[in-house]
Amino acid sequence: MESLPITIDSVSKSYGTYVALDDVSLDIQAGEFLTLLGPSGSGKTTLLMALAGFVRPDSGKLLLGDRDITRLAPNKRDIGIVFQNYALFPHMNVLANVAYPLALRKMPKAEARRRALDTLARVKLEGLSERNIAALSGGQRQRVALARAIVFEPRVMLMDEPLSALDKNLRETMQYEIRRLHDDLGITTIYVTHDQREALIMSDRIAVMNSGRIQQIDTPQRIYDRPSTRFVAEFMGEANIVAPGLVRRIDGADASRATLMIRAESFHLDEKLVGRDGIALEGTLRAKAFRGENWLLTLALDGGGQEVLVCIPAALASGCGELATGQRVTAYAPAAKVHPLPETIA
Amino acid sequence: MLEAYPDNRLSRIFLWGFSALVMAFLMLPTLVVVPLSFSASNLLEFPPRAYSLRWYETFFGSATWMAALRTSLILGTLTAMVAVPLGLLACISINRLGGKAAVTIQGVLLTPSIVPGILLAIGLFFVLAAQRLVGTLFGVLVGHVVLAIPVACIVLLPALARFDWNQVQAARSLGANWARAIGGIIVPQLHISLLSATLMAFLTSLDESVISIFISSGRNSTMPKLMFLSLRDQIDPTIAAISTLWTAIVVAVVLIVTLRRKS
Ligand SMILES: Nc1ncnc2c1ncn2[C@@H]1O[C@H](COP(=O)(O)OP(=O)(O)OP(=O)(O)O)[C@@H](O)[C@H]1O
Ligand SMILES: [Mg+2]
Repeated sequence: MESLPITIDSVSKSYGTYVALDDVSLDIQAGEFLTLLGPSGSGKTTLLMALAGFVRPDSGKLLLGDRDITRLAPNKRDIGIVFQNYALFPHMNVLANVAYPLALRKMPKAEARRRALDTLARVKLEGLSERNIAALSGGQRQRVALARAIVFEPRVMLMDEPLSALDKNLRETMQYEIRRLHDDLGITTIYVTHDQREALIMSDRIAVMNSGRIQQIDTPQRIYDRPSTRFVAEFMGEANIVAPGLVRRIDGADASRATLMIRAESFHLDEKLVGRDGIALEGTLRAKAFRGENWLLTLALDGGGQEVLVCIPAALASGCGELATGQRVTAYAPAAKVHPLPETIA
Repeated sequence: MLEAYPDNRLSRIFLWGFSALVMAFLMLPTLVVVPLSFSASNLLEFPPRAYSLRWYETFFGSATWMAALRTSLILGTLTAMVAVPLGLLACISINRLGGKAAVTIQGVLLTPSIVPGILLAIGLFFVLAAQRLVGTLFGVLVGHVVLAIPVACIVLLPALARFDWNQVQAARSLGANWARAIGGIIVPQLHISLLSATLMAFLTSLDESVISIFISSGRNSTMPKLMFLSLRDQIDPTIAAISTLWTAIVVAVVLIVTLRRKS
């Protein structure tokens, strides 16, 4: 099966005066796993539904391969969709749900049944084919929804927060399984979530959205380490945004003149763990909290009192227990982990 | 909350007694006709002095009455067959449209059930007269469908409001066009409401007399129209026999549907 690239070209959508999608452009490669990540209301579902054909863009184009699908009816797009609430058909059993797209395509009954059963086996639901939907657990429903979306070999898959209704353990298993399924089938996939860990774990690339706009599109590692805006930096984890004047180079050279982004876990308390080209931040300890695998320290920086979060792995933090609030602390970070925010470079 | 419904014997007896009274009040006018219909006398008298089936024989032996019965049953069936699909489609649009547009459409759609029947009948008469459709079965059907659509919508709208629309989108994404999504996903899940709507539409047509009096004529006269006419011309127990039969039909239809719904 050949999967197709997706091109989203300057797509905009407004509801009255509210702009849900603001000139969104995005290229997704054939076979890629791309995640749309963003806070609630950022337009993720709207973009996905535009691709599915349920939201008509006010302007812009959507291409599947080189075919313009902007105005194509949803039933002619051959896109597999997993809905957040699964949207299974309660009046059909598991097998009928999965065979439904095949029946619509007029596949002979016996072959449709065989294909549906194969797909159910693929998502580890052997033996449940005759069950009623009402008699399934949340995780099993999730798998039926997956099977139904892939059984007709769509060339693109869209998933809208498919795991948000599952508990944490199951969610982690399913993250792995969905990714494995994607790798087996090679279907171009757009996955929506507002969980940044999930996005980091699963994706080839992440597109971070906010207020109907794409803020940054990049690999998980670059999104995390090299965010291009303050929003992305803060959305992806415990980020410290520090004005250039508050930072001192360990070797005494001139520090950067851009605003810097340093993740809480990039800090060390031991100067020796950081190269000569690293930086140092000096302040007084405001608060400390033990979080199991690490300690979270809050420093108030000298010269203004800006607060900085410092996260020290418990294994390296033998001294943290003895630190008292009000004590002076210097936090060090290696140069590679100090990221000048592009948006602040004039 | 619970104190509002004291659970002692006295109040329960009172409740049962009161319910029985209400039932009697509602049912007696209907039931009083039943013995009348079996009377042997030429007059409507209660209680009858002797019993017979002669008025049923008169009814079944009358070509006019039989034609009217046929017309009414056909008309009821056609009304349900036309009004329920139209009502369903209208309700789907109202449900999907939302906002002011939906409220407006809903208002327009429900007016026939609020406007006095006589006004509707007069209006319809002129419209149909212009099309030379007065006196035709089709003319009466139009009138009955107009009345039955709001009835069907009142049943279907809340059912659709509870329906998970994502299922339709899922079906569409899996390759179903509109017709198949409605037929394969919505209809099977709303079948109970659709059955109720069909029944209500059928009964609306069966019961309707004003439009029938204005529009239907001759061979196309409906039962209610003929009943009114015969009451004006002569009062004999045939009308009681017909009423009894009519009640029996309606009760039977309602019973069948409610029992099916339970199972
Ligand atoms: N049919 C609609 N009419 C009016 N506004 C809408 C409509 N659909 C979406 N919106 C608005 O568009 C914005 C984006 O919605 P969208 O559902 O795409 O957000 P989202 O990123 O998927 O959020 P969530 O994470 O909560 O699912 C929201 O503010 C929403 O209120
Ligand atoms: Mg959403």
